[in-house]
Amino acid sequence: MGQAKRIEHDVLVIGAGGAGLRAAIEAAADGLSVGLVCKSLLGKAHTVMAEGGVAAALANVDDRDDWKTHFADTMRGGQYVNSWRHAQLHAQQAPDRVRELEAWGAVFDRTKSGKILQRNFGGHKYPRLAHVGDRTGLEMIRTLQDHGIHQGIDVHMEVTIIRLFKQGERVVGALAYDRERGKFRLFSAKSIVLATGGVGRAFDVTSNSWEYSGDGHAIAYEAGAELIDMEYIQFHPTGMVWPPSVKGILVTEGVRGEGGVLRNSEGKRFMFEDIPDNYKNQTADNEEEGWRYTQGDKNARRPPELLTRDHVARCIVREIREGRGSPHGGVYLDIAWIKERLPKAAEHIKRKLPSMYHQFKELAGVDITSEAMEVGPTTHYSMGGIRVDGDSQMSTVPGLFAAGECAAGLHGANRLGGNSLSDLLVFGKLAGEHAAGYAREQDRGEIDQDEVMAAMQWALEPFGREASAGSEGPFQVQSDLQERMQELVGIVRKEDELARALEEITGLEERAKKVVVHGNREFNPGWHTAMDLPNLLTVSRAIAMCARARKESRGAHFRIDHEGKDPDFGKITHALAKNEEGQMILREDPVPEVPPELQQIIKDNE
Amino acid sequence: MAERKFKIWRGDQSGGKFEDYDADISDGMVVLDAVLQIQANSATDLATRWNCKAGKCGSCSAEVNGMPRLMCMTRMEDLPADQDVRVAPMKTFPVKRDLVTDVSWNYKVKKRIKKFSPRPADNADGTWNMMQRDVDRVQEFRKCIECFLCQNVCHVLREHQKQDEFIGPRFFLYAAALEMHPLDTEDRIDELKEAKGIGYCNITKCCTIVCPEHIQITDNAIIPLKERVVDRFFDPVKLILRTLTGRKAKSKAASNA
Repeated sequence: MGQAKRIEHDVLVIGAGGAGLRAAIEAAADGLSVGLVCKSLLGKAHTVMAEGGVAAALANVDDRDDWKTHFADTMRGGQYVNSWRHAQLHAQQAPDRVRELEAWGAVFDRTKSGKILQRNFGGHKYPRLAHVGDRTGLEMIRTLQDHGIHQGIDVHMEVTIIRLFKQGERVVGALAYDRERGKFRLFSAKSIVLATGGVGRAFDVTSNSWEYSGDGHAIAYEAGAELIDMEYIQFHPTGMVWPPSVKGILVTEGVRGEGGVLRNSEGKRFMFEDIPDNYKNQTADNEEEGWRYTQGDKNARRPPELLTRDHVARCIVREIREGRGSPHGGVYLDIAWIKERLPKAAEHIKRKLPSMYHQFKELAGVDITSEAMEVGPTTHYSMGGIRVDGDSQMSTVPGLFAAGECAAGLHGANRLGGNSLSDLLVFGKLAGEHAAGYAREQDRGEIDQDEVMAAMQWALEPFGREASAGSEGPFQVQSDLQERMQELVGIVRKEDELARALEEITGLEERAKKVVVHGNREFNPGWHTAMDLPNLLTVSRAIAMCARARKESRGAHFRIDHEGKDPDFGKITHALAKNEEGQMILREDPVPEVPPELQQIIKDNE
Repeated sequence: MAERKFKIWRGDQSGGKFEDYDADISDGMVVLDAVLQIQANSATDLATRWNCKAGKCGSCSAEVNGMPRLMCMTRMEDLPADQDVRVAPMKTFPVKRDLVTDVSWNYKVKKRIKKFSPRPADNADGTWNMMQRDVDRVQEFRKCIECFLCQNVCHVLREHQKQDEFIGPRFFLYAAALEMHPLDTEDRIDELKEAKGIGYCNITKCCTIVCPEHIQITDNAIIPLKERVVDRFFDPVKLILRTLTGRKAKSKAASNA
């Protein structure tokens, strides 16, 4: 087994997507020693997949926009169970964070007067998303990466964290292995920022890559941190559905922002049929007005395709279930139709949506400038996650911070498109700043060597197990979990299925403890997956428990046996923590009450 | 569903060989699907990199039937049906294990290129004005997903191993994006000639051919940079003037002043 190589930093950032990079840059600006750990190569994290844009009330395209409207939109989209403090800081600080990217070399698309261009997106009252075609995430991660490499950050690539260590209550270090050699590394740090992203790999159909196994959620939970809002999993309405191998890959909401429409097999724009009451004032009731909105008419209301993602996803599921779906089990998303309205529409589509054009052309053999796409919902984002303080981003464990998708609060029951990229920037910065501040006030803690030895032993167990007739590898358990979660804890949920899911998870936990891996420790995906499994199972249990407890439908959480919102549940946040016996315990906490001046802002924007 | 034969290179620094595998191929499958299927079923320790599976992250670069490709964007039906599918790691970089190569050299090269440094902001709120037409070219370059296929195929790196003297197409593209950025004030022309070895490129355009983002690396990035180098150092009229006046070639900052 050998010793773990010891590495010391003041601040350790785990995860190098947008939030992790932004946190590391901020912490390093304070002159501290900062380590940045990532499971993949630098610059490959899921931020790269973000397409549509970053939401910030710059008011470059519509001068009526301001932080207050952005705040109100975020709260309404989140069904008012958001952490208001997060939503407030996010809306106030996002414009500065976007402008800062430009100072670091980002090149956003421009308005006619040379400012940063902004586009329409679901749930945003005004055109608000700064973007670069449909590859905004790539622009963001590359800008942060290229700026970050000159800030004196130590980057540890292809390194995976498996355990956090505490001294008393405070976090003091982490154990990791490097993927290449399979050797252990022990990080000693005065504070730690988790920026590990989401949990999409717990589901079968997902836009997430192998990396999103809920590592940050799980190691934080194991270290005593609380998880909240785990029932809220966002199913993005438009993922690819065909061919089978690309099922789940994201199709940007930007397609609808640019005028794309959803149709069923009868050719009907079904989104007009079901507009929720709290959006009726803001939504067009005819095709003509919807089109004018996408073309920048300030007096027009937005088309129903740009309602929030939770609602659009459910409408698509309804069409498919009621037999009005497309041949491969989706519905049609059509941008080609704009040629009836625009000259040179094909060129326009290719310029505005280049990677969508490319993706469909090369992977599905579909030319989106002349044919409709087939799309259906795909697991996309976890609104819930590690509970953090709105101002400092510190979790309930002292010294342990979290930012980005693995943290919870900002998005409530449903995230608006574009609010994740701004989330990364705003709260990545705050987490880095406060983690640095915390590290300055602390001495280096002691890591208990017995705990380190035990964690290393645990990690190597899968190699030591004897393969026998009934033994199985980690990939089988993983794919069974994904199928169960998709089937039982997916878009449409009900009591008996959620109860069954929890039983199934218990069974899978037992199987995960027995998986056998072959080969040696060098770059061995089977071994890596065996260590990811407990994390996936922890988040799966968390999702199923919260989903079962919430006997109402709110935002992304839809209970077919409890349709509609229940005002009493609207006052409750579900929090999970581990008790002394090692069981996951669910607690009902009050949703933080919105102060009167912010309530007024919400009212003014209704 | 059809079965296809695969030959996948397995090994490490000390050596390796192609091993045989079978995969069940369904409609629309890409090479990466088959490799992951083989990994899940019969070779759980088969090392390979991948992330987005949609041609956006540039992780799954390999050589498929001898061609440098992203495995996630190579459809099975586009490969000849009567041949085994051969998958090998990128040849230019030292192999770590199986299909995974050591690409760390690229990260070191990038760090040595002078970073972006913008002119003072145009407006009181710290913003700049840039016209779309002035950023179109830079945006083309910034589409790069850093798959390093261009580096892999460039003969200066692949055949002649000039890694110490030559930064390769990816980083000429990176330097071009900085040099042509409307806000940037830094000057990289001297170092492109001296330390970065742009003269070694003899514009065979192999990099452009393999680029999965279809960036015109040679025509739009490398040739204009070469022209800037020539303009500064080899323009005969300027050479004579410099000899007569004893002045040195001007940097970008000096020319802008």
